[in-house]
Amino acid sequence: MLKRVHFPSSPLPYLLVAPQLAITLIFFIWPASQAFYQSFLIEDAFGLGSEFVWFENFEVLWSDSHYLAAFWRTAVFSLLVAGLSMGFALVLAGFAQRAVRGALTYRTLLIWPYAVAPVLAGALWVFMFNPTLGIFPYFLEFFGIDWNHYLNGGQAMALVVMAAAWKQVAYNFLFYLAAMQSIPPSVIEAAAIDGAGPGRRFWTIIFPLISPTTFFLLVINMVYAFFETFGIIHAVTQGGPGTSTTILVYKVFNDGFVGLDLGGSAAQSVILMVLVVTMTVIQFRYVERKVEY
Amino acid sequence: MIENRPFTRFLTHFVLICGVIAVALPIWITFVAATHDELRMNQAPLPLLPGSYLWQNLKQTLFGEGLSGTEQAPVWLMLLNSLAMAMLISTGKIAISLLSAFAIVYFKFPFRMTCFWMIFITLMLPVEVRILPTFEVVANLGMLNSYWGLSIPLIASATATFMFRQVFLTVPDEMLESARIDGAGPMRFFFDILLPLSRTNIAALFVILFIFGWNQYLWPLLITTDTSMTTIVMSIKQMLEAAEQSPQWNIIMTTALLAMIPPVFVVISMQKLFVQGLTETDK
Repeated sequence: MLKRVHFPSSPLPYLLVAPQLAITLIFFIWPASQAFYQSFLIEDAFGLGSEFVWFENFEVLWSDSHYLAAFWRTAVFSLLVAGLSMGFALVLAGFAQRAVRGALTYRTLLIWPYAVAPVLAGALWVFMFNPTLGIFPYFLEFFGIDWNHYLNGGQAMALVVMAAAWKQVAYNFLFYLAAMQSIPPSVIEAAAIDGAGPGRRFWTIIFPLISPTTFFLLVINMVYAFFETFGIIHAVTQGGPGTSTTILVYKVFNDGFVGLDLGGSAAQSVILMVLVVTMTVIQFRYVERKVEY
Repeated sequence: MIENRPFTRFLTHFVLICGVIAVALPIWITFVAATHDELRMNQAPLPLLPGSYLWQNLKQTLFGEGLSGTEQAPVWLMLLNSLAMAMLISTGKIAISLLSAFAIVYFKFPFRMTCFWMIFITLMLPVEVRILPTFEVVANLGMLNSYWGLSIPLIASATATFMFRQVFLTVPDEMLESARIDGAGPMRFFFDILLPLSRTNIAALFVILFIFGWNQYLWPLLITTDTSMTTIVMSIKQMLEAAEQSPQWNIIMTTALLAMIPPVFVVISMQKLFVQGLTETDK
């Protein structure tokens, strides 16, 4: 933690940490505690007064079928996004580490979707799948599929999942490739001498050895799907049609800024905070302690 | 490669090329859309090969009226706003976390661990979950529609502080001992020894933070009501809404292209630093 050799106590360190502490206090700790406080309040219809109601906001949420539905939808959405992008990235990384000489070129060609903002990714996909003009609906029609994500909830969900997963492939690919390249080649050579083919080597040696990376990426991708996909949802479906793509983060925004239900929105924020903290703790506890066989 | 079989080699490159095509397809379609005129972009099978209107579209998007039917700032101004926000966030984050990591690693002072834990908490609270109260704080401070309001609430981050703490802990103790024997004070040591030693880490972090800052969406959406403060990334959403009445997809996609060029350029041109930054900040 602290250096063995360090400077003597003086007012200087306080000055050094002051900027970060000030920003943390004003923009993080104070608003977060406000969210906690507000989650115990109910405002009256005119926003004039508010009443302290203990856990009523949370009770309302737990008995609200819309909220519970949004909860499950978020879980399904994030699992789909994580699974799709990690699976795709795993396949690509598995092949890229075999193409020793080309690996770097392929990496260059695959990483840049990371730099595209989520809302832009949403815009690109919504353009490609535009029901009247888009390229994919045009081809899908030959297969008898009538694509309209403005009307069909399942298709809307598929579209946001694809857009979100597409953006995350680059990130997963980088980590998988790095993990695979750090496996000592002698292990794989030994397996090859014993007669294991490429597929067998992948499943019995490479895949188990990179399981810590898989676990780490699973947590990171879940957090990404929970929080950073707001832009995609906002640009592509705005939570619709109906509520078929309203995930938790979108609901917090919608209830708070559009519906002006401050107490309810704050209670939802608190639940989200608990979720993030849980995920972060899981990540810290288990990523450090390697998944081993 | 361990064995050299022509078929597996072919398969490897075939799968990778298919992957690259799948990943690049959305960007390619955007680029193609930016090279056609409005008329062509409204006929049902959209083109898959580029046309000849790229310069015209660029000129109209950057300096022209923009999209008809929307009240938007000119695109060059939005690009500038985005640049200012991204630069403020990345340099601000780097500066404050360098200083606080220095204090936490090199000084012994009362409440050192309290400070550390307060910073640590911010790791767990993305802006999305505390959005409403943070908005209220910024509104009360009168920072709506300003570069400060856009950037400062996003500046505090534990990840950067952690990374610099990690870097400083690997600096040998003898450095400080010899610096002190030579009569250097804390700040002299910081500027003349620690900063040069962590130069590549700073650069790697800058790449990541620049992309993070440039791509911010929800926060600028709430904080800016004045059209002259909008960022390029936000403007896409308004354009998509306007597209339902007057679909000028060529202009919309040219704007999207302009909005993604700076961060993509940063990632590609500084690939090595980018990969380093990514693996360091997240692990």
